[in-house]
Amino acid sequence: MTATYDCIATTTLSSAAASVTFSSISGSYTDLVVVIQATWTTSSNDMYIYMQLNSDTGSNYSTTILSGNGSSALSTRFSDRTNMNMDYSATIVYNQPTQRNINIMNYSNTTTYKTAIWRSNRAGSGTDAMVGLWRSTAAITTILFDLESGDFASGSTFSLYGIKAE
Amino acid sequence: MALTYVAIATTTVGSGGAANIEFTSIPGTYTDLVIKASLRDTRNGPANDFSMEINGAATNRTYKALKGDGSTVTTFSGSTATIGVEDGDTATASTFANVEIYIPNYAGSNNKSISADSAQENNQSAAEVWMVASLWSQTAAITSLKLVPGNGFSYKQYSTATLYGIKNTV
Repeated sequence: MTATYDCIATTTLSSAAASVTFSSISGSYTDLVVVIQATWTTSSNDMYIYMQLNSDTGSNYSTTILSGNGSSALSTRFSDRTNMNMDYSATIVYNQPTQRNINIMNYSNTTTYKTAIWRSNRAGSGTDAMVGLWRSTAAITTILFDLESGDFASGSTFSLYGIKAE
Repeated sequence: MALTYVAIATTTVGSGGAANIEFTSIPGTYTDLVIKASLRDTRNGPANDFSMEINGAATNRTYKALKGDGSTVTTFSGSTATIGVEDGDTATASTFANVEIYIPNYAGSNNKSISADSAQENNQSAAEVWMVASLWSQTAAITSLKLVPGNGFSYKQYSTATLYGIKNTV
Protein backbone atom coordinates (compact mmCIF):
# COMPACT_ATOMS: atom_id res chain seq x y z
CA MET A 1 0.00 0.00 0.00
CA THR A 2 1.29 3.44 -0.88
CA ALA A 3 1.46 5.80 2.07
CA THR A 4 -0.80 8.83 1.55
CA TYR A 5 0.47 10.98 4.40
CA ASP A 6 4.24 11.19 4.93
CA CYS A 7 6.43 13.20 7.23
CA ILE A 8 8.90 14.96 4.92
CA ALA A 9 10.92 16.75 7.58
CA THR A 10 10.74 17.74 11.21
CA THR A 11 12.69 20.11 13.42
CA THR A 12 12.72 20.41 17.18
CA LEU A 13 14.90 23.32 18.16
CA SER A 14 17.66 22.39 20.58
CA SER A 15 18.54 26.06 20.95
CA ALA A 16 16.92 29.35 20.06
CA ALA A 17 16.75 30.12 16.34
CA ALA A 18 15.68 33.16 14.36
CA SER A 19 14.15 31.06 11.61
CA VAL A 20 13.36 27.53 10.50
CA THR A 21 13.58 26.49 6.86
CA PHE A 22 12.32 23.44 5.02
CA SER A 23 14.32 23.24 1.80
CA SER A 24 14.61 20.92 -1.20
CA ILE A 25 10.94 19.97 -0.84
CA SER A 26 10.17 17.21 -3.26
CA GLY A 27 7.46 17.77 -5.83
CA SER A 28 6.19 14.24 -5.48
CA TYR A 29 3.25 15.05 -3.22
CA THR A 30 -0.03 16.79 -3.95
CA ASP A 31 -0.50 18.92 -0.85
CA LEU A 32 1.63 20.00 2.09
CA VAL A 33 0.76 20.30 5.78
CA VAL A 34 2.91 22.14 8.32
CA VAL A 35 2.31 21.82 12.05
CA ILE A 36 4.06 24.28 14.36
CA GLN A 37 4.06 24.49 18.13
CA ALA A 38 6.35 27.27 19.24
CA THR A 39 7.31 29.75 21.91
CA TRP A 40 9.37 32.94 21.83
CA THR A 41 12.55 33.60 23.77
CA THR A 42 11.60 36.99 25.17
CA SER A 43 9.45 37.45 28.24
CA SER A 44 7.95 40.75 27.25
CA ASN A 45 5.57 41.55 24.43
CA ASP A 46 4.52 39.20 21.63
CA MET A 47 5.43 38.79 17.99
CA TYR A 48 4.06 37.74 14.63
CA ILE A 49 5.29 34.65 12.83
CA TYR A 50 5.93 35.02 9.09
CA MET A 51 6.11 32.52 6.24
CA GLN A 52 8.12 33.10 3.07
CA LEU A 53 8.25 30.79 0.05
CA ASN A 54 11.18 29.97 -2.22
CA SER A 55 13.15 32.87 -0.69
CA ASP A 56 10.95 35.30 -2.58
CA THR A 57 11.29 38.68 -0.85
CA GLY A 58 9.14 40.53 -3.36
CA SER A 59 5.79 42.10 -2.48
CA ASN A 60 3.96 39.02 -3.70
CA TYR A 61 2.08 37.90 -0.60
CA SER A 62 -1.38 38.70 0.71
CA THR A 63 -3.47 37.35 3.56
CA THR A 64 -7.06 37.58 4.73
CA ILE A 65 -7.87 37.01 8.38
CA LEU A 66 -10.84 36.09 10.56
CA SER A 67 -9.86 36.55 14.19
CA GLY A 68 -11.21 36.57 17.72
CA ASN A 69 -9.44 37.44 20.95
CA GLY A 70 -12.21 36.75 23.43
CA SER A 71 -13.57 40.27 23.43
CA SER A 72 -13.65 41.42 19.82
CA ALA A 73 -13.96 39.64 16.49
CA LEU A 74 -12.80 41.06 13.20
CA SER A 75 -11.76 40.37 9.66
CA THR A 76 -8.92 42.20 8.01
CA ARG A 77 -6.33 41.71 5.33
CA PHE A 78 -2.81 42.54 4.22
CA SER A 79 -1.86 43.06 0.57
CA ASP A 80 1.41 43.24 -1.33
CA ARG A 81 3.52 42.08 1.60
CA THR A 82 6.97 40.57 1.43
CA ASN A 83 5.82 37.56 3.47
CA MET A 84 2.67 36.03 4.93
CA ASN A 85 1.56 37.00 8.42
CA MET A 86 0.84 33.68 10.10
CA ASP A 87 -1.25 35.10 12.93
CA TYR A 88 -3.23 38.10 14.04
CA SER A 89 -4.49 37.41 17.59
CA ALA A 90 -2.61 34.14 18.19
CA THR A 91 0.83 35.72 18.33
CA ILE A 92 3.90 34.01 19.77
CA VAL A 93 5.00 34.60 23.39
CA TYR A 94 7.57 33.10 25.71
CA ASN A 95 5.47 31.15 28.20
CA GLN A 96 2.60 29.59 26.27
CA PRO A 97 2.69 27.46 23.12
CA THR A 98 1.23 28.92 19.97
CA GLN A 99 0.05 26.50 17.31
CA ARG A 100 -0.20 26.64 13.52
CA ASN A 101 -1.89 24.05 11.32
CA ILE A 102 -1.11 25.04 7.73
CA ASN A 103 -2.41 23.47 4.53
CA ILE A 104 -0.79 24.30 1.19
CA MET A 105 -2.67 22.80 -1.72
CA ASN A 106 -1.29 21.85 -5.14
CA TYR A 107 2.07 23.28 -4.11
CA SER A 108 4.17 21.83 -6.91
CA ASN A 109 2.21 22.87 -9.98
CA THR A 110 3.83 25.47 -12.22
CA THR A 111 0.65 26.95 -13.64
CA THR A 112 -1.22 28.62 -10.80
CA TYR A 113 -0.49 30.98 -7.92
CA LYS A 114 -0.23 29.18 -4.55
CA THR A 115 -2.79 29.44 -1.79
CA ALA A 116 -2.44 28.33 1.81
CA ILE A 117 -5.07 28.12 4.53
CA TRP A 118 -4.27 27.76 8.19
CA ARG A 119 -5.43 28.01 11.77
CA SER A 120 -3.43 29.90 14.36
CA ASN A 121 -4.16 29.36 18.03
CA ARG A 122 -3.02 30.54 21.41
CA ALA A 123 -5.48 30.20 24.25
CA GLY A 124 -4.08 33.26 26.02
CA SER A 125 -4.59 35.60 23.10
CA GLY A 126 -7.01 34.29 20.50
CA THR A 127 -7.78 32.19 17.48
CA ASP A 128 -7.32 33.00 13.79
CA ALA A 129 -8.48 31.48 10.53
CA MET A 130 -6.37 32.73 7.67
CA VAL A 131 -5.81 32.37 3.96
CA GLY A 132 -2.66 33.45 2.15
CA LEU A 133 -1.77 33.88 -1.48
CA TRP A 134 1.68 33.81 -3.03
CA ARG A 135 1.54 35.32 -6.48
CA SER A 136 3.96 32.96 -8.14
CA THR A 137 3.52 30.00 -10.43
CA ALA A 138 6.74 28.36 -9.26
CA ALA A 139 6.60 25.04 -7.49
CA ILE A 140 7.20 25.50 -3.78
CA THR A 141 10.55 24.00 -2.84
CA THR A 142 11.46 26.07 0.22
CA ILE A 143 9.41 27.28 3.18
CA LEU A 144 10.89 29.72 5.69
CA PHE A 145 9.35 30.62 9.04
CA ASP A 146 10.73 33.58 10.91
CA LEU A 147 9.62 36.25 13.34
CA GLU A 148 8.90 39.93 13.43
CA SER A 149 11.81 40.07 15.89
CA GLY A 150 13.84 37.74 18.07
CA ASP A 151 14.08 33.95 18.13
CA PHE A 152 11.96 30.86 18.35
CA ALA A 153 12.68 29.24 21.71
CA SER A 154 14.36 25.91 22.27
CA GLY A 155 11.81 23.10 22.17
CA SER A 156 9.72 24.68 19.42
CA THR A 157 8.66 22.06 16.88
CA PHE A 158 8.09 22.33 13.13
CA SER A 159 6.89 19.37 11.07
CA LEU A 160 6.30 19.20 7.32
CA TYR A 161 4.01 16.51 5.92
CA GLY A 162 3.23 15.57 2.33
CA ILE A 163 -0.12 14.22 1.17
CA LYS A 164 -0.42 12.15 -1.98
CA ALA A 165 -3.69 12.08 -3.87
CA GLU A 166 -3.33 8.52 -5.03
CA MET B 1 7.61 2.10 5.56
CA ALA B 2 5.87 3.05 8.77
CA LEU B 3 2.53 4.78 8.37
CA THR B 4 2.45 8.43 9.44
CA TYR B 5 -1.29 8.89 10.05
CA VAL B 6 -2.89 5.99 11.90
CA ALA B 7 -6.33 5.36 13.38
CA ILE B 8 -5.78 4.46 17.03
CA ALA B 9 -9.42 3.91 18.00
CA THR B 10 -12.93 4.61 16.75
CA THR B 11 -16.33 4.70 18.41
CA THR B 12 -19.89 4.70 17.11
CA VAL B 13 -22.61 5.37 19.66
CA GLY B 14 -25.18 2.62 19.86
CA SER B 15 -28.94 2.65 20.24
CA GLY B 16 -28.88 3.43 23.95
CA GLY B 17 -26.84 6.60 23.54
CA ALA B 18 -23.69 7.34 25.51
CA ALA B 19 -22.88 9.73 28.32
CA ASN B 20 -19.56 10.50 26.66
CA ILE B 21 -17.05 9.24 24.12
CA GLU B 22 -13.72 8.37 25.68
CA PHE B 23 -10.37 7.24 24.35
CA THR B 24 -8.19 5.70 27.04
CA SER B 25 -4.72 4.19 27.26
CA ILE B 26 -3.47 6.40 24.44
CA PRO B 27 0.09 5.31 23.71
CA GLY B 28 2.86 7.88 23.69
CA THR B 29 4.30 6.57 20.45
CA TYR B 30 2.91 9.27 18.19
CA THR B 31 3.76 12.95 17.88
CA ASP B 32 0.33 14.52 17.42
CA LEU B 33 -3.26 13.43 18.01
CA VAL B 34 -6.30 14.23 15.90
CA ILE B 35 -9.94 13.54 16.71
CA LYS B 36 -12.44 13.62 13.87
CA ALA B 37 -16.01 13.32 15.07
CA SER B 38 -19.64 13.48 13.98
CA LEU B 39 -21.70 14.45 17.03
CA ARG B 40 -25.26 15.05 18.16
CA ASP B 41 -26.48 15.23 21.75
CA THR B 42 -29.79 14.97 23.62
CA ARG B 43 -29.79 18.47 25.06
CA ASN B 44 -32.49 20.90 24.00
CA GLY B 45 -31.43 23.32 21.29
CA PRO B 46 -30.09 23.08 17.76
CA ALA B 47 -26.50 23.94 18.71
CA ASN B 48 -24.86 23.04 22.01
CA ASP B 49 -21.39 23.45 23.36
CA PHE B 50 -19.45 20.40 24.49
CA SER B 51 -16.21 19.75 26.34
CA MET B 52 -13.12 17.62 26.05
CA GLU B 53 -11.65 16.33 29.30
CA ILE B 54 -7.98 15.40 29.40
CA ASN B 55 -6.63 12.60 31.58
CA GLY B 56 -9.95 12.42 33.39
CA ALA B 57 -10.22 16.07 34.35
CA ALA B 58 -11.69 19.33 33.07
CA THR B 59 -9.35 21.51 35.12
CA ASN B 60 -6.29 23.60 34.25
CA ARG B 61 -7.93 24.71 31.04
CA THR B 62 -8.41 28.01 29.25
CA TYR B 63 -9.73 28.83 25.83
CA LYS B 64 -10.63 31.54 23.39
CA ALA B 65 -13.31 31.00 20.75
CA LEU B 66 -14.60 32.59 17.59
CA LYS B 67 -18.18 31.78 16.56
CA GLY B 68 -20.33 32.53 13.52
CA ASP B 69 -24.03 31.72 13.40
CA GLY B 70 -25.05 32.85 9.95
CA SER B 71 -25.70 36.45 10.95
CA THR B 72 -23.14 37.57 13.52
CA VAL B 73 -19.58 36.80 14.53
CA THR B 74 -18.74 36.71 18.24
CA THR B 75 -15.71 35.87 20.32
CA PHE B 76 -15.56 34.70 23.91
CA SER B 77 -13.25 33.01 26.37
CA GLY B 78 -13.32 30.90 29.49
CA SER B 79 -11.50 28.73 31.98
CA THR B 80 -13.29 25.48 31.20
CA ALA B 81 -12.77 22.47 28.96
CA THR B 82 -15.24 23.77 26.34
CA ILE B 83 -13.93 22.72 22.95
CA GLY B 84 -16.69 23.24 20.36
CA VAL B 85 -20.26 23.02 19.15
CA GLU B 86 -22.40 20.02 18.26
CA ASP B 87 -25.94 19.38 17.09
CA GLY B 88 -28.59 19.26 19.81
CA ASP B 89 -31.91 17.55 20.11
CA THR B 90 -33.90 20.15 18.18
CA ALA B 91 -31.51 20.38 15.26
CA THR B 92 -32.88 19.12 11.96
CA ALA B 93 -33.27 15.36 12.11
CA SER B 94 -30.31 13.28 10.93
CA THR B 95 -27.85 16.19 11.16
CA PHE B 96 -24.61 15.75 13.06
CA ALA B 97 -21.87 18.28 13.72
CA ASN B 98 -18.45 17.94 12.11
CA VAL B 99 -15.56 18.24 14.54
CA GLU B 100 -11.78 18.19 14.21
CA ILE B 101 -9.49 18.57 17.21
CA TYR B 102 -5.70 18.72 16.76
CA ILE B 103 -3.23 18.26 19.64
CA PRO B 104 0.48 18.55 18.77
CA ASN B 105 3.20 17.12 21.02
CA TYR B 106 0.63 15.46 23.26
CA ALA B 107 3.24 13.27 24.96
CA GLY B 108 5.79 16.04 25.48
CA SER B 109 6.71 17.77 28.70
CA ASN B 110 5.31 21.20 27.84
CA ASN B 111 1.83 22.56 28.36
CA LYS B 112 -0.50 21.32 25.62
CA SER B 113 -2.10 23.54 22.98
CA ILE B 114 -5.25 22.37 21.23
CA SER B 115 -6.86 23.59 18.02
CA ALA B 116 -10.52 22.72 17.45
CA ASP B 117 -12.88 23.41 14.56
CA SER B 118 -16.55 22.42 14.70
CA ALA B 119 -19.68 23.18 12.73
CA GLN B 120 -23.31 22.16 12.78
CA GLU B 121 -25.26 23.08 9.67
CA ASN B 122 -28.91 22.06 9.81
CA ASN B 123 -30.84 24.27 7.37
CA GLN B 124 -32.49 26.24 10.18
CA SER B 125 -32.23 29.90 11.08
CA ALA B 126 -29.54 29.06 13.63
CA ALA B 127 -26.44 27.13 12.70
CA GLU B 128 -23.02 27.59 14.17
CA VAL B 129 -19.35 27.25 13.32
CA TRP B 130 -16.75 27.49 16.08
CA MET B 131 -12.99 27.86 16.12
CA VAL B 132 -11.35 27.29 19.49
CA ALA B 133 -7.82 27.79 20.84
CA SER B 134 -7.55 25.73 24.01
CA LEU B 135 -4.75 25.16 26.47
CA TRP B 136 -4.17 22.44 29.03
CA SER B 137 -1.68 23.92 31.48
CA GLN B 138 -0.14 20.62 32.49
CA THR B 139 3.13 18.97 31.49
CA ALA B 140 1.97 15.35 31.78
CA ALA B 141 1.56 13.25 28.67
CA ILE B 142 -2.01 12.95 27.48
CA THR B 143 -3.24 9.39 27.95
CA SER B 144 -7.00 9.83 27.76
CA LEU B 145 -9.46 12.14 26.02
CA LYS B 146 -13.17 12.31 26.72
CA LEU B 147 -15.81 14.19 24.70
CA VAL B 148 -18.62 15.27 27.01
CA PRO B 149 -21.96 16.94 26.17
CA GLY B 150 -22.93 19.86 28.37
CA ASN B 151 -25.21 19.76 31.42
CA GLY B 152 -25.17 16.00 31.90
CA PHE B 153 -26.79 15.18 28.58
CA SER B 154 -25.63 12.34 26.35
CA TYR B 155 -24.62 11.48 22.82
CA LYS B 156 -27.24 10.23 20.41
CA GLN B 157 -27.04 7.04 18.41
CA TYR B 158 -24.87 7.24 15.29
CA SER B 159 -22.51 9.81 16.76
CA THR B 160 -18.98 8.79 15.82
CA ALA B 161 -15.46 9.73 16.82
CA THR B 162 -12.09 8.48 15.65
CA LEU B 163 -8.74 9.15 17.28
CA TYR B 164 -5.75 9.33 14.95
CA GLY B 165 -2.07 9.40 15.78
CA ILE B 166 0.46 11.22 13.61
CA LYS B 167 4.18 10.38 13.67
CA ASN B 168 6.70 12.96 12.54
CA THR B 169 9.25 10.30 11.78
CA VAL B 170 10.95 10.98 8.47
